[in-house]
Amino acid sequence: MLAYIIRRLLLLPILLLGVTIFVFAVFALLSPEMRASLYLADVPKSPDAMDRIIKKYGLDQPIHIQYWQWLNQVIRGDLGWSKTAQRPVSEALLYYLPATLELSLWAMLPVILVGIWLGILSAVHQDKLIDHTMRVFALVGWSLPTFVFGLLMLMYFYARLQWFPPGQISDWVTREVINGSFIRYTQMYTIDAILNWRWDVFWDSLRHLIMPVITLSYVQWALLLRVTRSSMLETLRQEYIMTARAKGLKESVVINKHAARNAMIPVATMGGLLLIGLLNGVVITETIFNYPGIGRWAADAAIRLDILSVIGFTLFNGVLLVVGNLIVDVLYAFIDPRVRLE
Amino acid sequence: MSAVRAWLRHSLLWIYLVLGGLFVFVVLSTRQELGLFEEPLFLISQILVFGVVATIITAAYRMRKLLQNRLSLIGIVLVLFFAAIAIAAPWLAPPENPREPYRIVRCGYTHMPQPPRGDNPLEQIWKIITKQETICEARPFGLIQSYDIYYGIVWGTSMAFFVGLVLTGLNVLIGLVIGSLGAYFGRWVDEILMRITDIFLAFPFLVAAITLAAVLQPSLGRGLLTAMVALTVFGWMSYARLIRGDILAIKERDYVYAAHAIGAPHYRVLLRHIIPNAIYPTLVVGSMDIGSYVLNFAALSFLGLGAEIGFADWGQMISFARDWIPRLSDHWYIVVYPGMAILLFVLGWNLIGDAFRDILDPRLKGAK
Repeated sequence: MLAYIIRRLLLLPILLLGVTIFVFAVFALLSPEMRASLYLADVPKSPDAMDRIIKKYGLDQPIHIQYWQWLNQVIRGDLGWSKTAQRPVSEALLYYLPATLELSLWAMLPVILVGIWLGILSAVHQDKLIDHTMRVFALVGWSLPTFVFGLLMLMYFYARLQWFPPGQISDWVTREVINGSFIRYTQMYTIDAILNWRWDVFWDSLRHLIMPVITLSYVQWALLLRVTRSSMLETLRQEYIMTARAKGLKESVVINKHAARNAMIPVATMGGLLLIGLLNGVVITETIFNYPGIGRWAADAAIRLDILSVIGFTLFNGVLLVVGNLIVDVLYAFIDPRVRLE
Repeated sequence: MSAVRAWLRHSLLWIYLVLGGLFVFVVLSTRQELGLFEEPLFLISQILVFGVVATIITAAYRMRKLLQNRLSLIGIVLVLFFAAIAIAAPWLAPPENPREPYRIVRCGYTHMPQPPRGDNPLEQIWKIITKQETICEARPFGLIQSYDIYYGIVWGTSMAFFVGLVLTGLNVLIGLVIGSLGAYFGRWVDEILMRITDIFLAFPFLVAAITLAAVLQPSLGRGLLTAMVALTVFGWMSYARLIRGDILAIKERDYVYAAHAIGAPHYRVLLRHIIPNAIYPTLVVGSMDIGSYVLNFAALSFLGLGAEIGFADWGQMISFARDWIPRLSDHWYIVVYPGMAILLFVLGWNLIGDAFRDILDPRLKGAK
């Protein structure tokens, strides 16, 4: 077990290095002039300003020297200036992260619990009405673009019924934050509301979160439901399930204790895929609901061709995914002893 | 030569269907002097759609199970329905300028969305087909920023086929080259290629595509090309892994050793003996992904990094709706019609892909 974890940990720096090389390669697709213009705040006053910047940042150097310089900057946390956020990219990431984290935390819980539960339900009642409903539900979720689903939700629950507004929080809360009667400890409104013991703020924040959470979860539900269903179906055909039934165990015990636990092993590999879905989904969902997280920031930056922000965001995503996959793999080795014997 | 002849015999029905369809189409469209063939995109898309129709018909002919399963039957009907729309686009929605059929027809210059005319959209469409009214007079699905939504949906169908099939084809091809080279030559070639694949997999697909689209925009401009390049660079990895695994299993077979023994060169062993025997699982997985490529392209367009404004693309059309969110309940048609088009198109492909998987996956046999 330990050897397996160490082997995986040794692979981490190599992968991270690969990620940085890759991101830099994408960055280097731009000509030196274009990259120099990213460092300029304004239109250059003097004609040779461009050349000076190219010289100063070494943009005319051979590519491997440039990469080395860039890597040094990145390690020091200097990712350049984000024109979209009007602050350095590394600060912008930290500034927008709590909102996205809050959204993701609220979204992940229903995804995992409801998705697995529905999948098991669907497999147990195979080819019954509930199974067909679930399969149609999953297929539609798999085929409906996130942005169409989000816009349809906005159309009904915001434009027509006025129940759930877009954005992150109502104006009156923002005013209270400014005049200091509501303190933001964690930058996450729902948690801050509990810490401040303000249930009206909690409710307001929840009202804003509900639609993005459902939009972000729907595709993931569909994915998880499908995998859980097929894994559960396979497990239910195993002979030890027959044995358990033959022993006269109650059906609920057979399903929950004997089948579901073993069916969860392949589902655990989905962790990485769910993370990818979350990172992808956050960009679209936050853009539609005008929710101020890193996803909306990145989408805004991409449209304005604010390349430094986009590059910083991608690097962040790459590192997050590499580390996330490592954690999933290690957890998987914990659950399924067969993996670490390989 | 004998291989070519065998392939011809094997796919005779398929070829007849594609060529026959194209022939009928060309005859019909030259009669009407549409002049559409000056747009190469349309020509390619039309050939691809005929290919899809022919493939579905031959597949259904050989695998009767596809027609027996209710869900896959719905999928086939949906895809054939969209194929019919794409083929008949010049008659369903006559372009203003036949040389630029993908430019959505504009009616007036108002920014406001205009509701559909008439109570029954089908009636309005019939008026367009029978040439009683022009598109701007009929407006079956309304206007957004003066662009006709009906026109965009009809020509967007042709575009969706083009985007889905070309992206899938390119990605499978790249995956095929990388995966088969790695598996065949093994050792350090394999090691390097697979580590590169790992690094490409270290980024969320859409996020990486957004970045690449933004970086490529200054040099390639906003448009179809940029988005398609961005989606190709990050799409091939799963196919490379899949074909690699299959080739690793096949290259130890006796007939491969026999081919080596009679002195066949590497390329011949790989192209004639190994790949034809290893490619089918990859092709099937690729065909299941057509829908998701359409979705991802639509997402890029929606964010403003895909097709340019006014181009007949479903995602781009829906992106107009972002300006009207508080009033969407009045202007429902700007989301509902293009959204339905994407949903049904992708659903059709996914249903067919599901059926394929059920038929071909040996583990699921007996489960049904």
